[in-house]
Amino acid sequence: MAVVLSNEFVSRGICRMTVAFKGDVLPGQFFMLRAWDKDPLLSRPISVHDYEDGKLTFLYQVVGKGTEMLSRLTPQSDVTLQGPLGNGFPRITGDLCVVGGGIGIAPLYYLVKNYRKHNPDGKCRVYLGFRDVAYGVEDFEQAADEVNLDIGGIITDQLQVASGEVVVTCGPEVMMKSVAKVVPAENRVYVSLEAHMACGIGACLGCTCATKYGNRKVCQDGPVFLRDEVFYV
Amino acid sequence: MSKQLATKFGEILFKNPVVPASGTFGFGREYEAYYDLEKLGGLCSKGLTLEPKPGNSGIRLWETPAGLMNSIGLENPGIDAFIEKEWPHLKELDTVTVVNVGGKDEESYLQAIEKLNAIEVKLIELNISCPNVKAGGMAYGMKAKTAGDITKKVVKLSNHPVMVKLSPNGDSVADIAKACEESGALGISLINTVQGMAIDYKKKAVVFDNLYAGLSGPAVKPIALRMTHQVCQAVKIPVMGMGGISTWEDALEFIMAGATCIQVGTMNFVNPLAPLDIIDGLQAYCEKEGLANIAEVRGIF
Ligand SMILES: Cc1cc2nc3c(=O)[nH]c(=O)nc-3n(C[C@H](O)[C@H](O)[C@H](O)COP(=O)(O)OP(=O)(O)OC[C@H]3O[C@@H](n4cnc5c(N)ncnc54)[C@H](O)[C@@H]3O)c2cc1C
Ligand SMILES: Cc1cc2nc3c(=O)[nH]c(=O)nc-3n(C[C@H](O)[C@H](O)[C@H](O)COP(=O)(O)O)c2cc1C
Ligand code: FES
Repeated sequence: MAVVLSNEFVSRGICRMTVAFKGDVLPGQFFMLRAWDKDPLLSRPISVHDYEDGKLTFLYQVVGKGTEMLSRLTPQSDVTLQGPLGNGFPRITGDLCVVGGGIGIAPLYYLVKNYRKHNPDGKCRVYLGFRDVAYGVEDFEQAADEVNLDIGGIITDQLQVASGEVVVTCGPEVMMKSVAKVVPAENRVYVSLEAHMACGIGACLGCTCATKYGNRKVCQDGPVFLRDEVFYV
Repeated sequence: MSKQLATKFGEILFKNPVVPASGTFGFGREYEAYYDLEKLGGLCSKGLTLEPKPGNSGIRLWETPAGLMNSIGLENPGIDAFIEKEWPHLKELDTVTVVNVGGKDEESYLQAIEKLNAIEVKLIELNISCPNVKAGGMAYGMKAKTAGDITKKVVKLSNHPVMVKLSPNGDSVADIAKACEESGALGISLINTVQGMAIDYKKKAVVFDNLYAGLSGPAVKPIALRMTHQVCQAVKIPVMGMGGISTWEDALEFIMAGATCIQVGTMNFVNPLAPLDIIDGLQAYCEKEGLANIAEVRGIF
């Protein structure tokens, strides 16, 4: 159980919630959240958007019953958290290029911030694509060296990846697949996958994805995979 | 061990009647991070087949009001890998590990059973009720005749006691249970998931690649309770009841309906500590009611 510190809409249908939490949390990891008894039945997987000084932040889009209920939580109310879960992004050395689409930007902010902390001299470039309204952009502008914005277009149209840059992408599957396609083979590309989840801890086999090495669980072995592991190229 | 909750299932002693259900508990490891598995009465392994199985393609989970539909399709590493990688760990645990076995045809069931003769399993759960595989699976569990036939062959071949897991989707469960009893089953477990269907009207598509899937969770509880009662009335061998159990009160209702043990499935996903909460709740109930053993309220209807 954790206490909600703040929970506000930052854009149409997009909420930012901060809760009190102590623990080791890696960028790319997620939590299973619930703030209800048995209806809806399952907890909701939501990525870590930021973590600092015992404050854990989620950025989420209201799409159905669960996220709608989360969006109505007021400060001081309780939310049940299970996690952190999943592998998270690997520690990145060298230059970083991040490509986020829509709510897929959620896990990327903590990644960029963390990267900056550990690589003061590294270069970090960010591409953010939105269908109609942009959000969260200023946060990225503070943490990254360069932010490229696209609204209503196709983000990969302007994507230029430098030699040696590590690419990390999260967003709609079609976007991640096209990122995987346009980035040269010499660059390492990490994708953060989604799957319907029941347990979030590797017990139900509901989130399986096919990989080069056979089936893997998105919740436990992922959600972060290399592009060639998951046949994105 | 709690005197009030210690339960004999046939000749097998369970510390308490609470057992996580097959397919919802992996091989236990994932939940070890949350609690000591030796607190459990027992645990059921993921359904194992002779050969490794990759499971079904496409979406595998779909939430419904108070329920969960799954189409896992018995993804598992196969019996050999289980014996090599999981069993050494499980056999050291001071709790009853129930090994759940599925198959695609008689031959594959029997070969799997034969391989399990090499290890000291306390109880086999013969799964003739999986609705999510094309061949075998539920097919054996739909009719008393086929259920009885496969049970007889498995019991004959196995060195271990066999409990048969029944489907809610076939002919009268009481008749099927009786056929299994006559064929030498030590016990019965039920229910496996209820076959259902999901359609995504926005995409004008069925949700599951396998078309139909299995429904579990609180939504199925009244059906599961009724079927558990019918089977308990029909047979003398012990029964493990399950289907939608989410609280100790639910568990108690299954015991009152006649179940010797109960299994907890989907609720493990909702609350990883659910089995422990249920054990504690049953213990407190016994103390409050002054019961020497939970058996005093078993099968009272
Ligand atoms: C590892 C991971 C991290 C995620 N991180 C974020 C995040 O940071 N911010 C954010 O806004 N969303 C995130 N999502 C997606 C989020 O989990 C879903 O939007 C949410 O579960 C929808 O719940 P709902 O009740 O509002 O919608 P409903 O559509 O009513 O949900 C019905 C069921 O489908 C599941 N479901 C629906 N959409 C998705 C989806 N896209 N992915 C997985 N399950 C889904 C729900 O969990 C629920 O069981 C993440 C998903 C995963 C797998
Ligand atoms: C994700 C999932 C996987 C399952 N896998 C198996 C399995 O491998 N073998 C089996 O006999 N039953 C399997 N079941 C059925 C459960 O063991 C149980 O019979 C059913 O879910 C009803 O109980 P519940 O409502 O408490 O979940 C599975 C159920 C779920 C939800
Ligand atoms: S969500 Fe259960 S195994 Fe991944």
